[in-house]
Amino acid sequence: MKSYDVVIVGGGPAGLAAAIAAKKEGIDSILIIERDNQLGGILNQCIHNGFGLHTFKEELTGPEYASRFIDQAAELNIEYKLHTMVCDISKDKVVTVMNREEGMVMYQAKAVILAMGCRERPRGALNIPGYRPAGIYSAGTAQRLVNMEGFMPGKKVVILGSGDIGLIMARRMTFEGADVQVVAEVMPYSGGLKRNIVQCLDDYDIPLMLSHTVIDIEGTDRLTGVVIAEVGPDRKPIPGTEVHYDCDTLLLSCGLIPENELSKQAEVEMNPVTNGPLVDESLETNIEGVFACGNVLHVHDLVDYVSEEAAMAGKNAAHYVKERYGKEVAKSTDVIDIKAVEGARYTVPTTIHLDSMADLLTVRFRVADVFKDSYISVYFNDERVQHRRKQVMAPGEMEQIILKKKALEEFEGLKTITVKIEKE
Amino acid sequence: MYDIIVIGAGVTGTCTARELSKYQVDMCVIEKGDDVASGTSKANSGIVHGGYDCKPGTLMAEMNVRGNELLYELAEDLDYPIKKNGSLIVCTVPEERGKLDVLLDQANKNGVPGCRIIDKEEALAMEPNLTDNTVAALYVPTGGIICPWGLAIAMGENAAMNGCEFKFETEVENIIKKDGYYEVVTDQGTFETKIVVNAAGVYADKLHNMVSEDKKEIIARRGEYLLLDKEMGDYFSATVFPLPGKMGKGILCAPTIHGNMFVGPSATDIEDKDGVETTQDILDDLAYKAQNSYLTRTKLPMNKVITSFAGLRAHLPEHEFIVEEAKDAPGFFDALGIESPGLTSSPAIAERIVGQIQEKYNFPAKDNFIAKRKDVIHMEDLSLEEKNALIKEKPEYGSIVCRCEMVTEGEIMDAINRPIGARTMDGIKRRTRAGMGRCQAGFCTPRTMEILSRELGVPMTEITKKGKGSNLLVGKIKED
Repeated sequence: MKSYDVVIVGGGPAGLAAAIAAKKEGIDSILIIERDNQLGGILNQCIHNGFGLHTFKEELTGPEYASRFIDQAAELNIEYKLHTMVCDISKDKVVTVMNREEGMVMYQAKAVILAMGCRERPRGALNIPGYRPAGIYSAGTAQRLVNMEGFMPGKKVVILGSGDIGLIMARRMTFEGADVQVVAEVMPYSGGLKRNIVQCLDDYDIPLMLSHTVIDIEGTDRLTGVVIAEVGPDRKPIPGTEVHYDCDTLLLSCGLIPENELSKQAEVEMNPVTNGPLVDESLETNIEGVFACGNVLHVHDLVDYVSEEAAMAGKNAAHYVKERYGKEVAKSTDVIDIKAVEGARYTVPTTIHLDSMADLLTVRFRVADVFKDSYISVYFNDERVQHRRKQVMAPGEMEQIILKKKALEEFEGLKTITVKIEKE
Repeated sequence: MYDIIVIGAGVTGTCTARELSKYQVDMCVIEKGDDVASGTSKANSGIVHGGYDCKPGTLMAEMNVRGNELLYELAEDLDYPIKKNGSLIVCTVPEERGKLDVLLDQANKNGVPGCRIIDKEEALAMEPNLTDNTVAALYVPTGGIICPWGLAIAMGENAAMNGCEFKFETEVENIIKKDGYYEVVTDQGTFETKIVVNAAGVYADKLHNMVSEDKKEIIARRGEYLLLDKEMGDYFSATVFPLPGKMGKGILCAPTIHGNMFVGPSATDIEDKDGVETTQDILDDLAYKAQNSYLTRTKLPMNKVITSFAGLRAHLPEHEFIVEEAKDAPGFFDALGIESPGLTSSPAIAERIVGQIQEKYNFPAKDNFIAKRKDVIHMEDLSLEEKNALIKEKPEYGSIVCRCEMVTEGEIMDAINRPIGARTMDGIKRRTRAGMGRCQAGFCTPRTMEILSRELGVPMTEITKKGKGSNLLVGKIKED
């Protein structure tokens, strides 16, 4: 069986950044496995700009952002395989792949980095009643058809869900001459970035109807219309509020689901809130030498954060290969837990081994509701150690706190770090 | 002039066509949909029923038990997915325990082999995830699960291999009784035939009434389902039923032949014979049952629902199959009221119709009948060596298109390029499972469309989900 030091599953922004970081840490034997016909992942279909403001201090399109990393990977001679599907990852890190040239083959990895990304929640999972005609697409599928294949999926559009891809597609379809009538969002707040609501809806007079959802789908062959109703606080439709819209297309942008089927095969433990693996400060999962980063770990709002996080996973995987692989060097059993409560939905990571922690650790999380004039508070055991005011926090935008190793070390008897949102 | 026209390419029509294709007949199947199994046969529970709940002495009981036998037998030649996983009819209310005895008695009278009543302990040993409210259960070892469209595809393909013609997207508008033959008037022209087999599902009454004064009425009885992710596929190994009620066998929880799990079907009589929409109330009710220990030990996680769908049963008020030559229309053979257990009964119904036809017309047998047919290769079922040998021979088998169900380009090409092959996205889905997984075709739609476009030699804009009027694209984007 051929072996590699680090096998990276997925050649999108996370996989690329992880590979580059691992290489820079001195690991030569790296393989990126990508199922599509090019590296870059979903960025390739994101032809709008707004990527890279944090990383490169300039506004790039998705493909431009991806090419910066693809070029670097090429310069560093990082090996990759395209059109190659990972069919299985075992917990002893045997990676089974399949492609046209080699058939089905196995590779032994010392470390595996999970970077498979996420998928969109389909109509079925939303339990929208009605017929099942053509013309219902997840926003990302429509984005691929328009931006990469050059086809229009429809002319008269309703969008359900205010996730970022849906917002971007509202603008994109409008550019292409479609009539985007409305974006309905079941929650009382948007699932997407504020800037996308302004730039993609407000600028084109596309109404965003919060607390509204699609309650019926009409048309036996091609979609002919949908019914939208207001929902109450229980998210159930309110009778009498139904409004019919004629449309030939319904785009869904109702949430993203990390694609962890392979992780589960490797017996990686999952966080039920994020649907991603539970990881420690090194972004390592419960399976030694298996790391996770990017949208497979938790759904991000900005690709810049994906790259940053993935670079850390790559660096830590390299460190694992050099320092711990095949040696009896276990991580310390002293673990500090990070808990998300009162308005904070989750954190990544959820545990810290102090001895493996970098000097600064970014802990990312999302809030459960819209909070105005509130504070992000961090507690070490029962003592509040950080208290940062924010004007607005929304579930569509990721938040972060930064922990200093020194502060953790100096706090005697530290067992639990708690992140919460407080009014004062 | 045809010898025989079969109207309807559901399980009844395709099984009958396959049985007829053993004889020297000039024959055609006419179907309104774009593919086999696009009506009632498309959406149902996919259960091979044992036959315990049919009223003894009825044709339904006879067809069910005979069909059960035939389905397992014919699978060897026709290679459709089927599995004998057994059925459990679970009593959860102590006062209703006696109903199990009634069912067992019926099962015995109907000749269902091996049935017995098991106590709670044995039932739980068999199915540890059964509700703790289980009192006792009827165990039906001959119960099974099957792919409903897989059966129709297999039967249709084999009939086509034996010379049967298929006309899809052809809707019958009228049938005119002539002297010793029939004119079948369709939206694609008029066809003459000596014999008509009416296997038109929920519309079979309409066709029957065109030629007979003995009017029939079929009611569309809708059933809605929730389909759960394959992660839940092992929850039950047997098909788990409640005690049957007035409207049918009740809402069951069962594994599917493809390894998912479903909860359903509901039963609602509706006016619209194309009314395959799902409704909020029913979906809520199914979710409620799945959440409240209806048959299951634990709450079924609703975030594992990957889709919901609805199908129709062709219900006659007398709740009996009518499989006979219409009394006042010689040569017009009806299959009316083929509701559950219609899928199970379909090969027996075919056997019966063909028996009736042969008794009257005595067509000579073919000496070159091809009895066997192989299914589309499913890579997932092959060993590592077999996979690699196949990829070497045809590299497209190494290229995954549908990630959720791990379906390759080779499988999709195979599904298109075979007798009555796939022409639409749904046709591909039913033959290969591409697009049927947890992402529900989010990722593979564009790729599958490209393969269809390439293999059929039609532009992308003409690719449809399920035939006429269901195009996926409206055109190209603006050119710069």
